[in-house]
Amino acid sequence: MKLDTLADAVGEWLRGTGPESDIVMSSRVRLARNVAQYPFVSRMSDQDRGDVERFLRERISSSSVGKQLDYIDVGRLEEIDRQFLVERQLISREHAEAQGARGVAIDGLEQVSLMINEEDHLRIQCMHSGLDLRGAWEQIRGVDDQIGSAVPYAYHPKWGYLTACPTNVGTGIRVSVMLHLPALVITRQIDKVFRSLHKISLAVRGLYGEGSQAMGDFYQISNQTTLGKSEEELVEQVGDVVPVLIDYERRAREFLVRETQQNVHDQVSRAYGILRTAQTITAEETMQLLSRVRMGVLLGLIGDVKIADINSLLIRTQPAHLQKLRGVELDTKDRNIERARYLRRHFEGGPSGSPN
Amino acid sequence: MKCQECDKQAVFHITELETGEVRELHLCEDHARTYLNQSESPEGDDDEKASGGGLTGPLTVGQTADELALLDKKACPMCGITFFEFRNQGRLGCPHDYVHFEKELEPLIANIHGAAQHTGRKPQRPQADEGSQLPEGTEELTTVIGLRRSMQEAIACEDYEQAREVRDGIRGIEDRWLPDAARDPGSPPAGPPTS
Repeated sequence: MKLDTLADAVGEWLRGTGPESDIVMSSRVRLARNVAQYPFVSRMSDQDRGDVERFLRERISSSSVGKQLDYIDVGRLEEIDRQFLVERQLISREHAEAQGARGVAIDGLEQVSLMINEEDHLRIQCMHSGLDLRGAWEQIRGVDDQIGSAVPYAYHPKWGYLTACPTNVGTGIRVSVMLHLPALVITRQIDKVFRSLHKISLAVRGLYGEGSQAMGDFYQISNQTTLGKSEEELVEQVGDVVPVLIDYERRAREFLVRETQQNVHDQVSRAYGILRTAQTITAEETMQLLSRVRMGVLLGLIGDVKIADINSLLIRTQPAHLQKLRGVELDTKDRNIERARYLRRHFEGGPSGSPN
Repeated sequence: MKCQECDKQAVFHITELETGEVRELHLCEDHARTYLNQSESPEGDDDEKASGGGLTGPLTVGQTADELALLDKKACPMCGITFFEFRNQGRLGCPHDYVHFEKELEPLIANIHGAAQHTGRKPQRPQADEGSQLPEGTEELTTVIGLRRSMQEAIACEDYEQAREVRDGIRGIEDRWLPDAARDPGSPPAGPPTS
């Protein structure tokens, strides 16, 4: 697979389609699995690591789902390419920064990704645009069945699927939705919402998972526990809370328009103004401003921008994407200048900011 | 060791395991009691410090210093990880750890998940040779991890006879579990060829 060809597409999580996609960016399910006859990743010798990588790669590629996947040897990728896959949410930061034999198998739509030698030997992920947890679950169940019939997953009748960290044991499932909640942030209700989610055993994380900052008002909500409930129950546990959060965010947006029309209009217009005129801009600021503009477009306060364009800018202005599109490696200072140039060109109405 | 909250002797050594992070606390009896009471009742408490400071539900297991010193030395016969190493890195060494450290892990796991019995999906096992059905649990296959270690030890001691015996044991198990597999590359022929 040529990574450069991926850069032209936005990837599944920013496709901007699917139910409730004004608030729900994407729905994701992942399963943690280990091969029974090897130590867990942190305890593997280099020999074990290479053996597990080869064992899983071969078994995956000979399964019928494997035939639709491209395999990328992450251990041999340049840092910028690994970063690029992280930005597209196809591998985790931990996987990008690890050492030794590891890889990822990805389908052409970028919905399915199978990471080999992450924290567990195998992490299967399935991502759908918008709110579609059930669809993502059905798909990943099929993938898991196929791989599981060829790979002896470590399993114990009492503890379920055995994982390197006891926080994942049992089902090994993490069900999550990525939500865009700018109005709850502006109205300062977000902390209250998170506290109540915590009380019902749901976790809140930033854009890039564990330990990452919530950038651009994007938040991942996911299940905290993995043992003692069935996979379907855990999918439902997360799924049940999403309509409530959507309702909160919609009401906060309505409130902003009704009570602070001028204020919110001013905020999104200023954000739009900076994006169109800045001469140097960081990735964080870009994401923050794009988040506000995105909300402005959805509220009808900015007329001439499409949501799909905003989604595409959200990923193309990130460091590795920006450099891939430009075709050269740039240091932070030059990236900030290039990012501002890219944004200006895009909003001038040119052909989607194509580099020239 | 002194309590990290006061000058008294620390008698409780607590391992906090949150998603992705391990934290150790050394507390005197009074502070340990206060701490543990807080951890157990995060309900209705908006102060995040009380529940370990994060959005992830922490788990807490307290032991006395003597119990802990003994427990720390306990090692898994398959992968060799000690409980001390697990406490430090928060990651287990192999699937057998769930069996070998079951007594220690059970309260920890029950604390994280509020349950101690899997009720979800079960793996699909391929048919083993001659139609015999493989069990759901993979304990037998996991013993290969320990066998590989003893094979390597035998090779290191130039005890090739022993190494070959262990290798045959590994092959027997793998043939049952991975009938269609190419030979496990982790089990190289042990020692020089037999004459």
